[in-house]
Parts: sequence; C-alpha cells; structure tokens
Amino acid sequence: MLTGLALADLGFLVLAGLGLAAIRLGARATAIVCLGSTILCAANAAMALAALWTPAAEQLRLPIGFALGWTVLALDPLSAYFLLVVNLVGAIVSLYAVAHEHGEAQPARRLVPFQLFLFGLNLVPLAADAFSFLVAWEFMSLASWALILARPDDPAARRAAQIYLVMAVAGALALLVAFGLMAGGLDRYDFAALRAQRAGSLVVFVLVLFGAGSKAGLVPLHAWLPLAHPAAPSHVSALMSGAMTKIALYAVIRLVFDLNGQPAWWWGGILLVLGAGTALVGVLFALIERDMKTALAWSTIENIGIIAGALGLSLAFAGSGLAALAGLALTAALVHALNHALFKSLSFMGAGAVLHATGSRDLEQLGGLGRVMPQTGWVFLVAALALAALPPLNGFAGEWLLFQALIGGIALPSPMLKFILPVVAGAFALTAALAAAAACRLYGIAFLGRPRSPAAAAAHEVAPAMRLAMAVAAGLCLLFGLFPAAVAGLAGPAVVQMLGPPAAPVVALPFASLVAGNTAYVATALALAGLALAAIVLMAAGRLSPMPARRAPAWDCGFPDIRPATQYTAASLTQPLRRVFGRTAFVARESVAMPEPGDMAPARHTLAVADRLWQGIYLRIDQGIELVATQAARLQQLTIRGHLMLMFAALVILLAAVVVSR
Amino acid sequence: MAGLAYDVAHLLAGTTLLMSFALLYQRRLSAVVKVFAIQGLVIALAAAWQAHVQAATHLYLTAAIAFGLKTVVIPVALNRIIRRLGIHRTIETALGIAPTMLAGVALVALTILLVLPIAAGSALLTREIIAIALAVVLLGLLMMITRRNAVTQVIGFMSLENGLILAAVGVQGMPLVVEMSVAFSVLVAFLIFGVFFFQIRERFDSLELHYLEDVRDRGP
Repeated sequence: MLTGLALADLGFLVLAGLGLAAIRLGARATAIVCLGSTILCAANAAMALAALWTPAAEQLRLPIGFALGWTVLALDPLSAYFLLVVNLVGAIVSLYAVAHEHGEAQPARRLVPFQLFLFGLNLVPLAADAFSFLVAWEFMSLASWALILARPDDPAARRAAQIYLVMAVAGALALLVAFGLMAGGLDRYDFAALRAQRAGSLVVFVLVLFGAGSKAGLVPLHAWLPLAHPAAPSHVSALMSGAMTKIALYAVIRLVFDLNGQPAWWWGGILLVLGAGTALVGVLFALIERDMKTALAWSTIENIGIIAGALGLSLAFAGSGLAALAGLALTAALVHALNHALFKSLSFMGAGAVLHATGSRDLEQLGGLGRVMPQTGWVFLVAALALAALPPLNGFAGEWLLFQALIGGIALPSPMLKFILPVVAGAFALTAALAAAAACRLYGIAFLGRPRSPAAAAAHEVAPAMRLAMAVAAGLCLLFGLFPAAVAGLAGPAVVQMLGPPAAPVVALPFASLVAGNTAYVATALALAGLALAAIVLMAAGRLSPMPARRAPAWDCGFPDIRPATQYTAASLTQPLRRVFGRTAFVARESVAMPEPGDMAPARHTLAVADRLWQGIYLRIDQGIELVATQAARLQQLTIRGHLMLMFAALVILLAAVVVSR
Repeated sequence: MAGLAYDVAHLLAGTTLLMSFALLYQRRLSAVVKVFAIQGLVIALAAAWQAHVQAATHLYLTAAIAFGLKTVVIPVALNRIIRRLGIHRTIETALGIAPTMLAGVALVALTILLVLPIAAGSALLTREIIAIALAVVLLGLLMMITRRNAVTQVIGFMSLENGLILAAVGVQGMPLVVEMSVAFSVLVAFLIFGVFFFQIRERFDSLELHYLEDVRDRGP
C-alpha cells in the first residue's frame, strides 16, 4: 500500500512535467493533465481508505535522500487518515480545475505548481524522517506561494505572497529547530528514533505551535491567510483551505501527540485557549468581510480554531489520564478536519463559480444568483448549511463531539482547567451561533434577493465539470453528515494509535450514530424526523387552512421601490453584530459626513475596519525591525576609532566575563 | 640561577608594561616615539635574556630584529615623518590622561585576574609574563582608541605587537617563524601607515583622522 502511495505521489511530479509540455499543446492537453491528477488523487484516496480499513504500520527506507542519503516513508493510521483528507479534496478540486483552467490566460503559472503542490501535500503525511518531512513541507509552501502569485500583476496578490512567504519561512524555521531539539544529541532523524527519545519538551511544543500554527492560521499567526486565500485562483484556495491547513494540523498531531512524548496537562490548556480565541476572531471577521473569498478564509480560521481547541482539550485530558475523553476530543478534531476540508473546499469552489460567472467576489455586487445559476445555488446552500454547522450536515458532527468533550471536562482534576472550560465552551457556543449568521449572510446576500449589479443579473451557470465537482463535494457533505459514525470510525485507528486502545471512539453502527457518555447523535433519525415534520407542516398548511393559497408580491415595508439598493446589504445585515463587537474585536470606525444644509451632495457613511492583531503585533514587529535596522546602519557610520572601540569593548567584556564566570 | 632568570625576565617584562603606561601619558609626539624606542629596546633585551636562559640561539635573532626595527629604524623613520610633515607635536586626546591611566590600571588588574588562574598549572617562569604581555596588548589597543592622531595610533599598534613578542619569547619552544612573521607584519604595517600618512597629508594638510570621517559622511 505504501509503495503504491509513494509511486502515485511520484506521479504528480510526472504530471508537473507533462503540464509543462501540455501548455504548448493547448487547452485540451491541460484539461487532460488536471484529469490525470484527479485520477491519481482518487487512487490515493482509495489506497488511504484501504489502509484505514486494515490498520497496519508500514515502513519504506529508500536509498535516495535529501541530506542523509536515505529517506524513510511510513504509513500508519494517522497519516492514512490525513492522506484521505488531502486526496478527497485534491480529487474534487482537480476535477473542478479541468473546467476552471479552460480559457484562462497563462495556464503555466497554475498548472505546474498545482501538481507540485499536490505532490508536497501527499508527501508530508508519508514522510517519516525529519529531513524529508521538512523538504515536503517546504515543497508545499513554495508551490502554494507560486500559486498565490498566479496573477503577478495584482498588487494585492504580490503583497499576500510576500507576507505568506515570510511567515512560511519563519514557520519552517521553527519546525526545523523543533526537530533539532527533539533529536537532541542523536544524529538520527527518523521518526522512530525521535519517538524513542520522547523528549517531552515545552520548547518543542511552543515551536511546533508556532511553525505548524502559522501554516494552519492559528491566531495570532493568521495574518497571511485572509490575504493569500482570496488572492489564489479559486480551486487553489479550496486546496489550501481544505487540505493545506489540515496538513498543518497533521504536523501538530504528529509532533505533539506522537513524537514529543508525554505532554503536561496545561499545554493542552494553552492550545485550548488559543483555539477558542482563533475561532472567535475568525468568525467575527467572517461576519463583516464583504469579499466572499476573504470571508470564507476567515471562516477557515474559525474552523481551525475549533479543531485546535479540540486538540488542546484532548491533550489536557490525556495529560490528566482521562483516556476516553481524550479520545473523544481527538475524534472531534479529526472528524471536523475531514468535514471542514470537504465543505470549505465546496464553499471556495462555489465562490469560484460565482467569480467566474459574475467577475466579482464583492458581496455588494452580487445578489439573486440562485435564479440564474440554480445548480450552483443549491450546492452552495449545502455548503452554507454545513458552514453553519446545522444537522444533518457534516459540519455539525465534529462540533457536537467537541461540545460533548467540553461537557465531559468537569471530570478534569485541575481547578484551573475547570475554571477555563466554561469560558471556552461559551466562546465556542458563541462561535457556532455567529458562524450560522455568517453562513446565512454569505448565502443570502449572494444568492437571494435581487441582483445588485448588471454583472450579477447577467450571470450564467458555470461549466459542467465545475458543477460536477461541486455536486460530488456536496454529495459527500450530505453523506458524511448523515453517517457521522462512518467518519468517526475512519478516525478511530488514528485515535487509538495516538492515545491507546481505551481512547477508541464510541460508535454505534446500527443507526450510524455517535455516542458520547449518555448522549447520542443519530443523524439519520434526525434527518428523517426533520423531513417528516416538514412534510406534516406542509400538508397541514395546505389541508387545514381555511383559505386557498394565493400568490402575491412580497411585502416591501410600504415602499414599493424597485431599486435593488433598498435591499439589505452585506454590511447592513451584520451591522448590529459589528457594533456590538466593534470596539473590542476590531478597530471599526464609522463616520457620517453630512453636507451643509442647502447642499445637494449626498451624505456619506464610511466604515473602516482594521485587524487589531495586525496593528498590534505585525506592524509593531515591522517597526521594531525597522528601528533595529536603522540603529544597526548607524554602526556602519562609526569613525575608525569608534570601530576600534567596539572591538576593544567586546574583547574586554568577554575577558571580564571569563573572569567573573570562573 | 633559576631565581635570577625569573627575576630578570620579570624585571624586563615589568619595564615593558611601564613603558606602555609611559606611552599613555606623553603629551608630545616626539616623546611618544622616544618612549616607544625604549620599549623596543626593553623587548630586545627581554628576548636576548630569554635566549640566554633557554639556551635558544634563535631568540638572539629575534632580539636583533626587535632592536633593529623597533629601536632604530621605526623611531628614526617616524621622527623623520614628523619632521618632514612639520606636524604640530602636541597630542590630541579623546580621553583625558588621568582617566586613560585609570583605565589602563583596570585593564592590568583584569588581565592578572584572568591569566593567573588559567596559567596556574604552567611553568612559574611564563605565567606572569603572559599576564603582562596581555596587559601590554590591551594597553596598545587602549592607546589606539584614546588618541586621535594617526601617528599615535600606529605607535599604539606597534606597542601591541611588542606585547605579542613578549608573550612569544616568554614561552619555551616557540619557533622562530612566529617572531619573523610578527616582525614582518610590523614592518608591513609601518610601510602601509607611512604611505597612508603622506596620502592624508597631501589631501588634508593634517593627520587628524576626523578629516577622513568628514569625507566619508558625505557619502559616495
């Protein structure tokens, strides 16, 4: 199985080469290359599924290597699970790319890096030594960087790519140091040796949180994500949001749960609080962002926060010796990772379809798309329901498991955690509610109501391959939503591998329900009950009503104004929430410029929103670097005597240090 | 004999250190050159004495080189430069004489604190000499940074080299190569600085380094 996966991964490199050739041959050849990666991804997903079916650990030691002369690849349930996540998304997105690439200018800028990106994404879970892991990681980073730069004329894309590159390099550096610390005095860097070392070092934990967290978009390391995801082409955004952030979480699980040794319980507390903060910040910005893809990117940050919170909870339980609850929380994280990968890539593909059809990502320019592109509208509705975490869609299962684990948190022995848990649970509950509002706004403003621009009115349905890809993704969202136990069952071997047999998730197969403690979530029954209720209400409304049904214009508040500007806008729909959180969460400034009496100019209402964290952290760091650089440049301007004096002072200080230290 | 060898070596090393201090408090350029010549003479004597004590004939050569270069050639040449350039013979200090002397004393204390425990295991003959040599090196550096004139900086540099030679001859079995290279590097430095003086003099009519700094501040 591992050999097959490794060979399929090499296939992506072949496809990248073919992609170079295909560009000369025209659109049909590029479509074939995209189709090729669809098939490869599907084959990989099938192999990962088979590996999860019969869990076993395989290892392959290749005599070729990046630095040490050999490469270790390994397949265990954890890597198989994340390979499944990556390749499910990869297959669907490649299918989408078949049509998305058609007729686009400069296909070379996307086609080749896209295959390299898939190669990196597939190699990271397979890598079982520090060197190949880091090389695969960098492959992934650099290929996605090239994809963000797919339109180099766009200054926003250039800025996003630059910030992304800086953060990716910083993150990779942190991981490099983390691996070095874990290896300690050993000069063996394969995972088996690191695992035997069991360093259990807090520094490694913090470095991993920084390195992988910056890739995943953990607040406050999220700055690149809302810039880069919208700048990339839509199918790439789907892959970055759906797969790459998950690979970052894979790195957290692999390094913290597996390699670093027994964690202390309060490390989990750190991750839990970080996750809750991330979820809140993400969802708040998703609520007010008017760019569709940026809003989706913020929503990705929110979901990463939820998964990170579940991971933190699992660490806290594991550190306190509560294996069953730790398993529950880890299952929540893994289940939500798979589900989020699906529905977020679906949402990005939907946003891409909208962009393709209308040429705009700005919600204020959209509206009424549900009538002109009905199929896209339906699949986006599925995505929005999943984003809102409504049962029986797949967004709900993971969050339900997380809340069960949070409720189980009263069993924790630490009073500190007991104090934190209700606060965190409240934050997550608030997040869930706000996420529903954000999803409602995204779908409602874009697909309902009347078109806000001529482009939106003239929109058309997108190419069949794109619709097919979205339909497959929507079907999987429904399927995984209706049978959450199947997903939890897939995650089971990985959970057992990380936490031991007592942590196996409780899955009741007869109704494909999830069971945690005394509660159970039976999605099928819930869905049937919902359908039955809807049918009863419909029938009752039809039969029992004394008046016959009649069609009439919608109520317009007594202002029969036909202009679409009288509708709710994306900004006005969430204005109350923005006002509530405006001061604390974002630096929102509203001002109204009223003209002088008698002046016929219109009054202007302006709204400026800024990310407090960007101003508070990133710009500060930038200023700090600027300051240090200016001061350091002054050193160059010293006199000859000044230089000598520096040298002399350094020498004397070092000598004095020797004297004192002895 | 061992006691006498030790005492004389110590006396000469101590005199070198004394000359380093003397270099720091001179107010006239010609006096600085004279003190430097005396220091060179002391170094030559120290090398000769070590040659006698260690029965190492090659150290006589070192002594001859030190005497020839540091006592005769370089001071004469520097005096000629000073006379030919007609530079005013006062020394401009960046740090006053008294604070400089205090800093020098502190440096000597630092080196003694540093070296004596480290060299505790080595032969009694060498360890104080190493401390004194390091002090001479540091005082040479101190002179380079506390005096503004280029000539005094050159002398500070060469006094620093004297410290190195003192350390080299004090240790048994140091091959001649080291001393040769030290002597030649001093010569090279002297030549370079000589050329340098004339260049500066031609451009600015002075040997004050801040003229150079003004030029650089203007940028390329």
